[in-house]
Amino acid sequence: MIDLATYAFTGIGLVFFVAGTVGLLRFPDVFSRLHALTKADNLGLGFIALGVALQAETWRQVAMIAVIWALALLAAGTVSQLIARDALIKRDGR
Amino acid sequence: MTLWLTGVAVGVLCTLGFALLRVWHGPGRADRMMAAQLSGTAGVAALVLLAPMQDWAALDVALLLALFGALAAVGFVKATSSDGGGDPEEVDIGADTPDPTDRNADD
Amino acid sequence: MTLLLDAVLCVLLLGTALAAVLGRGVFRAIVFFIVYGLLLSVGWVRLEAVNVALAEAAIGAGLTGILLLTTYGKLTRVSAEAEPDDAGVNLPVALVSVAVAGALAWAWSVLPEPTRPRAELAEALPRAGVENPVTAVLLSFRAWDTLLESVVLLAALIGLWLLGRDEDWQQRLGVPQHARPGGIMTSFGRVLPPVGFLVGVYLVFIGADEPGGAFQGGTVLAAVGLVAALAGLIQPPRIGQWQWHAGLVLGPLVFLLAGVAGALSDSGFLGYPEAIAGTAILVIEAALAASIAVTLAFLVIGPPEKGHRE
Repeated sequence: MIDLATYAFTGIGLVFFVAGTVGLLRFPDVFSRLHALTKADNLGLGFIALGVALQAETWRQVAMIAVIWALALLAAGTVSQLIARDALIKRDGR
Repeated sequence: MTLWLTGVAVGVLCTLGFALLRVWHGPGRADRMMAAQLSGTAGVAALVLLAPMQDWAALDVALLLALFGALAAVGFVKATSSDGGGDPEEVDIGADTPDPTDRNADD
Repeated sequence: MTLLLDAVLCVLLLGTALAAVLGRGVFRAIVFFIVYGLLLSVGWVRLEAVNVALAEAAIGAGLTGILLLTTYGKLTRVSAEAEPDDAGVNLPVALVSVAVAGALAWAWSVLPEPTRPRAELAEALPRAGVENPVTAVLLSFRAWDTLLESVVLLAALIGLWLLGRDEDWQQRLGVPQHARPGGIMTSFGRVLPPVGFLVGVYLVFIGADEPGGAFQGGTVLAAVGLVAALAGLIQPPRIGQWQWHAGLVLGPLVFLLAGVAGALSDSGFLGYPEAIAGTAILVIEAALAASIAVTLAFLVIGPPEKGHRE
């Protein structure tokens, strides 16, 4: 049962990664590409982390995985805001 | 289970490979940087997936990569600001922002 | 499937390395180099060299990226053109590069086949006082190398400071950093350092028995300080401040004193009595981590520059 959940969650995570990458490659401008990217960052890694956490043997490993996901969320939020702002400014004066 | 997790890791690494096409083609610096960001997340995901196979030691490495996931991008917006130490949020963008579909090519 | 995984990893590593070297444009090369470092740390994990993977992740993701991007930014501001024109192949440079690559390839090919020192290590490890064999080698069996390496870092920093302009010598280190108060970058600079500090200390502490250690932990601490400095939350110090001088020499000094203490007792220079070996190594590692953190952070921030507000 738990194994089944791991299969499902990691599979969904992979789908989000594929979707994010397709968006990154196919979308027409910086801001929509950024939008695609954050979905892969937040949800793709989130589902994969959830799936693997179900296989963990100790609570320490679960906690580590949770911290990893939280840090990745912080990074993704910061990066997308900063890059979007930067792209907006750089086009000014061009 | 090991086989499945390895397979998903292979899949994630393949998406990383395709994201690199965006690093190669750009056209803007922001595009290259955000593709590198996606690669970073994919690397973290691959390490998390490989962790159960290698005694969970990969989690420490994934933790470091996640911790510093935003550092390159912070360095990027700093370095390309007008005095090398700025923050894009300090700049007033103003109302006459050009068409957002316009590309900001770097070369 | 494992074979496929390693094959994909190899292809990606070679691909990013070639793209960084062969692709045109400095910025593109830098981004490929950052991704290359990331893939390299995954590769080290696959080779079960977690200590190396940690060092690569901390250096590659934490410091090298910022260093290269700062350099790129400086180039664009100084010359307004960091992307050189396509001037064809620079023949002398190409020849020297090929010669160096050839010499390295030759040196690699004549190296003796590496053998894993399993038997010797298993026999000696119980006497080292730590359970991580890498830490045992670095701080006990080959402590001499590590002591000299810690001094090399310091020498590199002094070399970098010598590049500073005379008239800026009294200024704070690096380009002045500022960010919008309450903005995204400021919040990031407030949230990340406490977590990163914990991770850094954790890596130094578990280094005795599990992958980790002074270098990995010190690098993490350096990156943490850098984040706070980049967000404009802390002001970088000046060269003349004695507290920071003390921080720079603490590691090598403690290491050297421990070595001399060993020589005065009968364990020999850089040898530790078995009863306190574990504690001694932990103390040396903590001091080394502090010095490595300060030195690396100063190396990335750069020499003093004018324009700091007081």
